[in-house]
Amino acid sequence: MTSRIINHPVLDKVDDTDIVTFTYNNAEIHGLRNESLAAALLANNIRTLRVHEESGTPRGIYCNIGHCFECRVTVNGLQGVRACLTPVQEGMTVSSGEKFLTPVKDWRSNNE
Amino acid sequence: MNRVIVIGAGPAGLSAAITIAESGYEVLILDEYMLAGGRLLGQLYEEENGKWWNGIKESKNLHDKAIALGIEIRLGTPVSNIEKTDGSWVIYTDEETYYTHHLLLATGAAEVPLPIPGWTLPGVMSVGAAQVMTNVHRVKPGNRGVIIGVNVLSSAIAMELKLADIDVACITLPKKNQVNKESGNPMDVMNSLLHVSHMAPSAFVKFGSKLMKNEFMKKMGITFFPKSGVKMWDIPIMLRKAVINIYGENTVEGVTIATINASGEVIEGTEENISADFVCIAGGLYPLAELAAVAGCPFYYIEELGGYVPLHNERMETVLDGLYVAGNITGVEGAKVAISQGVTAGLAIANNLSGGKQEVEIKEAIKRIEHTRDNAFIQFHPAVKEGKQKLQQYWEEYGQQAKVEVTI
Repeated sequence: MTSRIINHPVLDKVDDTDIVTFTYNNAEIHGLRNESLAAALLANNIRTLRVHEESGTPRGIYCNIGHCFECRVTVNGLQGVRACLTPVQEGMTVSSGEKFLTPVKDWRSNNE
Repeated sequence: MNRVIVIGAGPAGLSAAITIAESGYEVLILDEYMLAGGRLLGQLYEEENGKWWNGIKESKNLHDKAIALGIEIRLGTPVSNIEKTDGSWVIYTDEETYYTHHLLLATGAAEVPLPIPGWTLPGVMSVGAAQVMTNVHRVKPGNRGVIIGVNVLSSAIAMELKLADIDVACITLPKKNQVNKESGNPMDVMNSLLHVSHMAPSAFVKFGSKLMKNEFMKKMGITFFPKSGVKMWDIPIMLRKAVINIYGENTVEGVTIATINASGEVIEGTEENISADFVCIAGGLYPLAELAAVAGCPFYYIEELGGYVPLHNERMETVLDGLYVAGNITGVEGAKVAISQGVTAGLAIANNLSGGKQEVEIKEAIKRIEHTRDNAFIQFHPAVKEGKQKLQQYWEEYGQQAKVEVTI
């Protein structure tokens, strides 16, 4: 099970008392105020943040610092938000990136 | 408009801003992350004097100093584009557009990915991602990990994972392919490891630095390198194994590794599975320089500096008027070098604003970068100084060329 590292031999102890509640795909999730969405979800054992728009295969965080855009989710209705850069706030509505309804495909006959 | 703008709140950007503010000028820092500190945040290692280099504390010190000087820091603000219009730099973000005559790019570095079958599975992440999760957010990236890629960064982070009581099954190589040629070749990896052996309090030291003085011995070292690996901080480092596949249904369940020969080719029939719930990919770092590219800076590929770097001089000035660079955008090095580069860039900017009052300080600051580099605990590339010399040469050649163009 993935979990939080409250005590650390060198770093300070984590204050895990300031808890906020948000939803991810309609499920209620608890996180620590201002931690990243990616961290809050991982602390709740959630690794899959979206599926590939065409193939539907699952994706999670990759670089965790904003460069790779693999962790895009929908936050309060806004699509393509990077979970690794977004601080968790009370009452946030988060949903995973979904597969597109129509596959991106070139239908012209000479491309089949 | 007299306000200086710095993009990047890492060690270089913060120390540049502090230097500029101390010279009496106004500064605004923009950064897309939620905390100030950049890649410095995740760093944690024990120095030779036995003291811990704690990236979170170092970041906080720089941040607090900047705030005390009245520097404005806007976090969570990604910059999407910069351009020069009517003699001033225009900086575009999601919400606002900013203008300045003096713009410093301190955007740092990003990690080189190593594509391996299965690497898009949730649970596969860059080694830096695992570092940030563990040290900054304090959430375990998983319970048992495999690190693919043997280099300075992955060795340091493996130790940090151990500190947080996270099991690292092994550090091993990626299967050699067209993309990751060098990181999949045991010989190249052994070469690059020779200069980090001082970090490893184990048999690895003897293996690395003493035995490996010449090519023949290195070859012998690889050939007789135990297949079960040599342990560093109790983590097996396997130079004779490579990950050929990452498997799992909807998340990582493990990796398939195989024995490789001294030149990195897989020996068939040696495949075995190692179970893990996360995998770190460690391909090394490269300068993150997109903004310098869209601005129109000339670039040079310098392997010793980690990749393409925007052309700049010792004072951290680019060839574009009013555009400066500092930190890992100028070449991959440690945070202390980034800080001294930031100070130099800050002085260069203040000097240009004041009409040349800081010339003496700039010369001293440039010397200090050299001194910091010579005393760095971690050297990302052993020949970084040669890389810097190459860049200096390119700068001089570029200057000559520009003069010729003007004459014509």
